[in-house]
Amino acid sequence: MPTLQIPPLPFATPLPEHWQSEAQHMLGVKAKVQTWAEVDLDDRLNFGLGIIVLGDGRLVARAPNEPDWQTWELTGDLSLKHFDHAGVGTLELSDSVKRLKVWRYTLSQNLAILRLITEFDLQVRSLRAGHPVTRSSEEICPKCKTPLEPGADECAICTHELHTPPSTWTLFRLWRFAKPYRGQLLAGFLLMLGSTAATLIPPYLTMPLMDEVLIPFQSGADIDPWTVAPYLGGLLGAAVISWSLGWAKTYILAIVSERIGADLRTTTYEHLLQLSLEYFGGKRTGDLMARIGSETDRICVFLSLHLLDFATDVLMIVMTAIILFSINPWLALVTLAPLPFIAWLIHLVRDKLRTGFEKIDRVWGEVTNVLADTIPGIRVVKAFAQEKRESQRFREANRHNLIVNDRLNKTWSLFSPSVSLMTEIGLLVVWAFGIWQVARHDITVGMLTAFLAYIGRFYSRLDSMSRIVSVTQKAAAGAKRIFDILDHVSNVPEPTNPVPFESVKGQIELREVGFRYGNRSVIRNLSLTIQPGEMIGLVGHSGSGKSTLVNLICRFYDVTDGSIRVDGIDVRSLRVADYRRHIGLVLQDPFLFFGSIAENIAYGKPDATRQEIIAAARAAHAHEFILRLPLGYDSLVGERGQGLSGGERQRISIARALLINPRLLILDEATSSVDSETEKEIQRALDNLVAGRTTIAIAHRLSTLHKADRLVVMDRGEIVEVGSHDALMAQKGAYHRLYEAQARNVDGGPVSRPEGNMDRAKHEPA
Amino acid sequence: MNPPDYQISRNAFGHLVLTRAGGERHENVVPIRAFPIAAPGEGVSLVGQDGEELAWIERLDDLDKRTRDAIEEDLALREFVPVIARLKRVSTFATPSTWLVDTDRGETSFVLRGEEDIRHLGQNALLISDSHGIQYLIADLPALDKHSRRLLDRFL
Ligand SMILES: Nc1ncnc2c1ncn2[C@@H]1O[C@H](COP(=O)(O)OP(=O)(O)OP(=O)(O)O)[C@@H](O)[C@H]1O
Ligand SMILES: [Mg+2]
Repeated sequence: MPTLQIPPLPFATPLPEHWQSEAQHMLGVKAKVQTWAEVDLDDRLNFGLGIIVLGDGRLVARAPNEPDWQTWELTGDLSLKHFDHAGVGTLELSDSVKRLKVWRYTLSQNLAILRLITEFDLQVRSLRAGHPVTRSSEEICPKCKTPLEPGADECAICTHELHTPPSTWTLFRLWRFAKPYRGQLLAGFLLMLGSTAATLIPPYLTMPLMDEVLIPFQSGADIDPWTVAPYLGGLLGAAVISWSLGWAKTYILAIVSERIGADLRTTTYEHLLQLSLEYFGGKRTGDLMARIGSETDRICVFLSLHLLDFATDVLMIVMTAIILFSINPWLALVTLAPLPFIAWLIHLVRDKLRTGFEKIDRVWGEVTNVLADTIPGIRVVKAFAQEKRESQRFREANRHNLIVNDRLNKTWSLFSPSVSLMTEIGLLVVWAFGIWQVARHDITVGMLTAFLAYIGRFYSRLDSMSRIVSVTQKAAAGAKRIFDILDHVSNVPEPTNPVPFESVKGQIELREVGFRYGNRSVIRNLSLTIQPGEMIGLVGHSGSGKSTLVNLICRFYDVTDGSIRVDGIDVRSLRVADYRRHIGLVLQDPFLFFGSIAENIAYGKPDATRQEIIAAARAAHAHEFILRLPLGYDSLVGERGQGLSGGERQRISIARALLINPRLLILDEATSSVDSETEKEIQRALDNLVAGRTTIAIAHRLSTLHKADRLVVMDRGEIVEVGSHDALMAQKGAYHRLYEAQARNVDGGPVSRPEGNMDRAKHEPA
Repeated sequence: MNPPDYQISRNAFGHLVLTRAGGERHENVVPIRAFPIAAPGEGVSLVGQDGEELAWIERLDDLDKRTRDAIEEDLALREFVPVIARLKRVSTFATPSTWLVDTDRGETSFVLRGEEDIRHLGQNALLISDSHGIQYLIADLPALDKHSRRLLDRFL
């Protein structure tokens, strides 16, 4: 046994029960488990569970789907490396001459593996150096390298992965939006109660009309107008009351439901805006638009119309039942008998309908997606003469829509008539039973007519009530899709206790940053410190991760590993809006909004004065071309900036970034679409503006970076060289090759797309 | 088909090595299929450490057995797309939802983050990405058993 004295990790999560005895046996009875990680794939990538346990100076492991344990004593020449591809991580244990063992795991185990490697490296390093393991008193999160709070065993920043599904009682969750209007809702409900009760008076009055007026008349008695008048007056009064109460109720509730719908819509949209780019990356525009637009509308209609009707119906049924029972319990029982059947029928079909409606919604989203895809891309469609194909695609989506609808309609169309049939049968039974009772003198003819009048309404309501099933399901499906958005926790979450971020110096520090788009690792183990006011030129082949790095610095995405700090503060502990306020960003493909040029320039600072706007435009060399437009600064820009050239758009977006006077200026290919002359001009303007700000500039034309303090050369997500232009040229490495390839191109022949040159340069022998 | 002008071997670290006829050696060569799903048997590229293509193999069948085995062994470890044979249980029909499935690589469970993570591939195949970016394949939808199809249908 090695006799190293290793202080224990302060927060080792205990080894799972079922591994404990065996692992302890392998490590030695007294040995302490320092850290462990489970692996969930075997050598052939089949699922299975295995474990790696690191004790003091000894690594023991049991591979998945294998019965035996293996042991390695740690020595100075061992190394443990990990990498991942397509969602599968690989951990390799090697000595200096060969590989000793490979483990595979899914990325769900990544954190534990990282922790294992950290501990392993610590022990091996101390073995190599020959002195005992010293742990820094500061515990560091293995994932993001942030120091942990003392005593905490999980990093507050990293553990926000939530997988709780929304509850299925989605419609009830709409209460959150209804709550502010509960006063009106209560008033509406009381009005409804009143108006429903009023509608139940007329059938009741048929009873005395029949028994005291009509039947005596048939048996020869005269009709006394003074007996009839109050009854007729009652009929009229009931109608008027029910009309006025009904009107008030409908009006109040319609207003409330419209408000609820609007609140729902704006809340959803506001929430959507908070979500990270990653969320938008995975969603289709058409689908999101459908959700916010039509689904909220459907919910609103449901609340104002269907739910209201339904509540009225339920009230009516309950009241009718009470009245019927008070008149004659036996007949009432027979009348209500079909009710359970109908309820059962409704229940039967409900599930089928709900899933069906959800499906229809999704298919409908597909149809809008086709539109949202092709309309913005119409130029490409026309350029390649693919109108036929696109219309085919639309037709296909529509056909799919039809199929799904047809399938549902089969069930649905059977449903309503079935309910009607039941009600007809119900009526028949009541007639039969009623006649029998009249014959036995148990009830009067008036009672029977009153019953028939009641249940006529009653059953006709049942029929419409059955319709509530479908609309409820539709609304529930819609609500679910809305809450899908509302429940989505942003991947760049707002911190619970944001650190104030006021006076910014502009130092940026990237600590062992790693980033994946899904399972594609794009940035690997990248560390870089940028001093306040420094200008960094970021160069590298197309696809080397430059824009991604900028996205991370702007916190459009959160890093997968490591951390990014600004003035020593992790960007994840800042409020997103506070942080972005200090960043001026010019993107590779500038986006302009529908509106005037001035509005677009002032986008980041809506209260900017005209002087400020013009100053920014001048600095970006946009002033002159703007003046040439028919309406100057008031000229309207079409959707997505149509009507302006690429270079013009770029200059407007530069002006937009300059206007907010940011501490951090990020220029991603800010001048790629302007001619060399204009570029030089913008460059000169930028040179002044860059002064005193931390600037990160990405450019393929290396000549535009001559002012940079340092150049950072990236290749496949890693930094390969850092230094000044002269130093890097002297080094004759990657930068030298890039530069040479470009210079050669400029000298001979026309300048082609710079990326192309670089790609070729990459394969050239140095 | 000309025989390839290179040799493939495996080094002590378990990685592929490509040696050209001229003696030029490339360590840590990685084979990559161009169409892993649409045409797995065709078009494999051998890529070097720096991501540059060293050789292109039109069809794996054209190689000699030893080379092909070495390449296929590596491909098998690079490509991880478990094929779902059965859906046993889903935690909920709303997303995120945890699915318990049988795959050709054994039983496992994963979290489906949203319905849009299920993508259609052609007529009957589905590709499902889980919350960690692993992709699962359903090769033939109609061939699944009834229970699985019913569960799946709620998400399509
Ligand atoms: N949203 C995304 N999802 C998946 N992969 C992405 C995404 N955005 C970029 N990538 C990939 O990440 C890598 C780096 O992309 P990035 O945009 O950072 O390159 P770049 O260095 O800015 O290239 P260029 O010079 O062409 O602008 C590329 O391989 C790209 O395919
Ligand atoms: Mg880019």
